[in-house]
Amino acid sequence: MIQISHLTKLYDGKPVVDDVSLTVERGQIAALVGTSGSGKTTLLRMINRLVTPSSGQVLIDGQDTAAIAPHLLRRRIGYAIQGHGLFPHRTVGQNIATVPRLLRWSADDIRARVDELLTLFQLDPDAFRDRMPHELSGGQQQRIGVARALAAKPDLLLMDEPFGALDPVIRAKAQADLRQIQRQLGTTLVLVTHDMAEAILLGDRIAVMDRGKLVQYAPPADILRAPATPFVEALIGPDMRPFHLLSLTPAFQIATEGHAIGAPIPREATLRDALAECLWSGRDALPVEGGGVVTLAALRQRAAP
Amino acid sequence: MTARLDRPGLLFALIGLVGLVLPLVQFKANRIVPGDGVSMALPLAGLLALILLGGCLRWSHGLRLAAALAGLGTVIAALGGTARALMADGPALARVAPAAGFWLLLLAFALMLTDAVTRLRPALHWRWLMLAGAIALVAMVLSTGWLDQVSVMREYAARRDAFLREGVAHLYLAFGSLGLALMIGLPLGVAIHQAPSARGPVLSVLNILQTIPSLALFGIMIPIFGWIAANVPGAAQAGIAGIGVFPALVALFLYSLLPVVSNTLTGLSGVSPATQEAAIGLGLTRFQRLTWVLVPLALPVLLAAIRIVLVQNIGLAVIAGLIGGGGFGTFVFQGLNQTAMDLVLLGALPTIGLALVAGIALDLLVQTLNHTTPRPA
Repeated sequence: MIQISHLTKLYDGKPVVDDVSLTVERGQIAALVGTSGSGKTTLLRMINRLVTPSSGQVLIDGQDTAAIAPHLLRRRIGYAIQGHGLFPHRTVGQNIATVPRLLRWSADDIRARVDELLTLFQLDPDAFRDRMPHELSGGQQQRIGVARALAAKPDLLLMDEPFGALDPVIRAKAQADLRQIQRQLGTTLVLVTHDMAEAILLGDRIAVMDRGKLVQYAPPADILRAPATPFVEALIGPDMRPFHLLSLTPAFQIATEGHAIGAPIPREATLRDALAECLWSGRDALPVEGGGVVTLAALRQRAAP
Repeated sequence: MTARLDRPGLLFALIGLVGLVLPLVQFKANRIVPGDGVSMALPLAGLLALILLGGCLRWSHGLRLAAALAGLGTVIAALGGTARALMADGPALARVAPAAGFWLLLLAFALMLTDAVTRLRPALHWRWLMLAGAIALVAMVLSTGWLDQVSVMREYAARRDAFLREGVAHLYLAFGSLGLALMIGLPLGVAIHQAPSARGPVLSVLNILQTIPSLALFGIMIPIFGWIAANVPGAAQAGIAGIGVFPALVALFLYSLLPVVSNTLTGLSGVSPATQEAAIGLGLTRFQRLTWVLVPLALPVLLAAIRIVLVQNIGLAVIAGLIGGGGFGTFVFQGLNQTAMDLVLLGALPTIGLALVAGIALDLLVQTLNHTTPRPA
């Protein structure tokens, strides 16, 4: 669990992060959203003390981070950034092994951990362990960057626009994989993004930052239904609200008894996918794999606040 | 027509043919007076002309390499042979010095050789072997004594011990100043990388140092170090003096600082911000970031600096001869004073050879390192 209390960062007397307090529960994903210059990245970087707070506290599992030497603190916190930042002169395996080496794990443990992570990220250890970063595709480099951040089994992972450099197709896959791996490992995750859709997709809670202040911190559904300020509303994009709302719920959750014709949609398809399929195929109801139907009327009801 | 001819080959042939027309050697009554030109024996000249003209054709690279080697061998053999023939019935004081014809032919075939090697694109280990082979070949030719009657070798024979001594002194000056520059310059480069506000002043000072002509720098140092040696207790015992090895070493060191410091800075600055950010974020200490990430990534640029400095200092060390610092420059300046060009050559030729070998060896080293630690394109 991370507790951020009254955290402020001043640059030349001007607050970049202004008295922010928020708590991220263990195993949850908090997405920090805002325009550039909103202070979201500075807030993230104060958690692992890449930026020293001007005032306020960050507690990780009750421990004040100011009391730990910064480099030791950072070895306990995973950190992944846009453009991955892999060491170009070290192999994939050596990159992933960075923090375990700093923590003086045994060579056997490190080798086992590297292979375990490569497998987790769907990369064949024998094929990838000894490759150099420049031999990989952008999506693979990004995965190695996250694997490196997770190498020493941190309880907390910080990510700064981790998918910013990926093209849309690879990004969607990377987001889905991250969500799955995070659930599997139970890692607490704080993620910075400027993309509200990404925040809604990944965040258990979304923290909206505006000019250094935290203007709303709530689950995605609450942010969508009741944006706290016009800025939050603008960030969501009023035209996108119903679709974002629909994207939060999988189809099987609102499936009801009934009969519908045509091809069924997968259980895990979101209501947004279901709406798109209804409109595209001209149907009023869709069968859901595994039983039940989703009706256009039910979708309409779910798309309103 | 020209499309079927090899253009570099044409150029080499042109240079070589001019060389064939000019005299191969100068036959002089003694080492100071100008002499008469003597041309190469006709059969040998014909052979060389054939090789040169053949080089204009679209030969395979391997054949081109063999032809260049044969040409070089023939020119050297002709030089030694002509010198032997002339000296056999000449007076003891007479000298046979290589003349314009020899130098042009040497140039033509050396160009042909490097051109052939470049086109062959040999693997790295082959190029290392070629360098070693070339050194061994030169040593072998000199040790056979075939060239002993050539003027430069006569000068060498008269100064065998001095030559060895000055050679060691030359290497000491070049490598010593490089070592000093690395000892001071690397930390300085790292320091100004970490403290950007110091970059401007430090680099300005080094730039100014670099622009001082070498002769002027020696001139400035003579009174300064002379005064220190005379007035600071213990300074003279420590080797500080206005003339000699000490000021020469200091001057070469000062000239080396700018390339070392600026390349260190360039190399370190070339490391991508994302890589550095990741290194900090993963919990590397400042020292670990330097040794694990920054220095390995900057290494090719650092080696380039070492190459620049070493080649530059091997050349500049000649000037040390002027202020009693030793090195091959001693022969150059003695020769200039006596108007004995053969003696000048005795200093100049090994200097050129050293610089060439050092430059090629370090180029190969840089490539070998780039080979083992690939960098993003």
